[in-house]
Amino acid sequence: MTAYLLRRGGQTLLTLLVMSILVFVGVYLVGNPVDVMISATATPQERAELIVRMGLDQPVWVQYWHFLKGALSGDLGNSFLYNRPALGLIFERMPATLELAFSALFLGLVFGIPLGVIAGLRPSKPESRGIMAFSILGFSLPTFWVGLMMILLFAVKLDILPASGRGETVNVLGVPLSIFTTDGLSHIFLPALNLALFKISLVIRLTRAGVSEALQSEYVRFARAKGVSEWRIVFLHVLKNTLIPLITVVGLELGALIAFAVVTETIFSWPGMGKLIIDAITTLDRPVILAYLMITVLMFTVINLIVDLTYTLVDPRVKIDGGSE
Amino acid sequence: MTTNMTSRSDYALELRGLETVFDGDKGAVAAVRNVNLAIKPGEIVGLVGESGSGKSVTGLSIMGLIDRPGRVSKGEILLNGEDLRKVSAKRLRSLRGDRMAMIFQDPMMTLNPVLRIDTQMIEAITAHDPRIDKTVARNRCRDALGMVGIPDPEERLYAYPHQFSGGMRQRVAIAIAMLNNPDLIIADEPTTALDVTIQAQIIAEMQKLCKERGTALIWITHDLTVVAELTQRVYVMYAGSVVEEGPLDDVLDNPLHPYTQGLIRSIPADNDPGSRLFQIPGMTPPIDRMPKGCRFHPRCPYVQLDCLNDIELTQTSAARSVRCAHPINQGEQVS
Repeated sequence: MTAYLLRRGGQTLLTLLVMSILVFVGVYLVGNPVDVMISATATPQERAELIVRMGLDQPVWVQYWHFLKGALSGDLGNSFLYNRPALGLIFERMPATLELAFSALFLGLVFGIPLGVIAGLRPSKPESRGIMAFSILGFSLPTFWVGLMMILLFAVKLDILPASGRGETVNVLGVPLSIFTTDGLSHIFLPALNLALFKISLVIRLTRAGVSEALQSEYVRFARAKGVSEWRIVFLHVLKNTLIPLITVVGLELGALIAFAVVTETIFSWPGMGKLIIDAITTLDRPVILAYLMITVLMFTVINLIVDLTYTLVDPRVKIDGGSE
Repeated sequence: MTTNMTSRSDYALELRGLETVFDGDKGAVAAVRNVNLAIKPGEIVGLVGESGSGKSVTGLSIMGLIDRPGRVSKGEILLNGEDLRKVSAKRLRSLRGDRMAMIFQDPMMTLNPVLRIDTQMIEAITAHDPRIDKTVARNRCRDALGMVGIPDPEERLYAYPHQFSGGMRQRVAIAIAMLNNPDLIIADEPTTALDVTIQAQIIAEMQKLCKERGTALIWITHDLTVVAELTQRVYVMYAGSVVEEGPLDDVLDNPLHPYTQGLIRSIPADNDPGSRLFQIPGMTPPIDRMPKGCRFHPRCPYVQLDCLNDIELTQTSAARSVRCAHPINQGEQVS
């Protein structure tokens, strides 16, 4: 187990290194941030001074070397735009994004699994057809459009839910969160639902496919031959087998939720990382882009690790191979 | 229910005119037609036929495990005299796994891969006796595993199915079927997926257990050699109907139906190595395109014009019946 974790850690470091080189060189090739940042009336001399001050006069590998040295001591550089540590900027915004992403994931599972089970158990019933029609809509309607429609309906016409912001937050272990206040909950509900719509549809389809496949299986028939109640067959025999593909996809999708919350954050003015990275890209704020991507890669790695470990809980055939077992 | 108790029959199971149909676009087609079968406690009966002859559907119909679009449409299924077609779904569930049990063909598929053996065994007991003490139930499971010849049963209870070989998994399935000491076990080709050596062991095991406990056993198979080792009586099924019935030795020595004869001749003989194997020409007809009259006539070597008339199962002697207009003469030398 320890060997396994060490190996996974090594792989992650390698990924981070390769990714940082690619992004560093990529952003360098795209353009000069000074052109974006400096005012149009600045003299060439002012411009040259700024370039030297930011270290942009050096060759790219020297710049990368400075970045790498900093990174190893935990400093990913200062944002060109805000002149503050990039990592700090991201950590300020991260709780909002994570809270939104996990709320959306929670909604996806809480609605998706039961609806998927219903659709899988009785595929020809009207309610199942309704659920499947909903899931097709959830897949095909663009997130931004649904978000706007939600604001129009709930915030403008009905005026029962706020359209933007995080609302009141409370600090939990030093992290500001919205979900523990009524005001915060009313603020997070619409953006989380908006972000969750696609996930609900996905979870419905996966669960339905898993349930209908398991129902055809010999082990379900054998369980019925034993006289086991239908309730136990569905919630133990069928659901536990359905969880295996579900965990894989949900793990991957959680990463995507965090990374692609941008659209929802923009529509609902949710003060998360999405807005920050969009601004950083338009201003070529390299330290922020790099720091954001490194954090994202780290999160993906951790999520994948958790998924792999969860497998061993659900599927006894999967063993963590650390060479020591 | 009390009326049923008073009319307990001599048979563990009796089928009277069982018909199972599958509903399709062009109406219902019968997969099993007018099957009569009776088995006494402790008796072992073989149900033999090719794939598609309706033998598995017969087994599933008895258990009430036919899934839509299939359904049992006619007849009586009497378990200890109680008609299973007339009882509630709740009563049927309480009988399944308790008074009647079934073992399936592929041991790799019948156990749930993500649940431990003890979970899958104990639930077969608690499904019928929810208030039983967990330790008592567990001990019964352990003893059942030991009984079917699984070494270290105490330890193996904690294992998962993938940690067992195919033969061992089938033993687990047999142990589960035997847990509640049922009156009837339906074994649907339980040794087909196993090695021949394991097959022989399992057959011997089942024979012994059923004898000790007085359990009636219906052994469904396409393999006459298995039937020859195990059963006392045999039903031969073809295209959804029983075509011949009788004591094992009589049927094997003097088959009356040309289909039975064909099956017997298809067994590889060890006295004539290198010779071509006999095969019955043609294939089992699909259930929606059954031939008229005797359903075997298109493949029958002795077919005559009146074989196009419908034919019923007719008793030829005290213990034997055949569904054929021109049964093979008793004692006539074949081949």
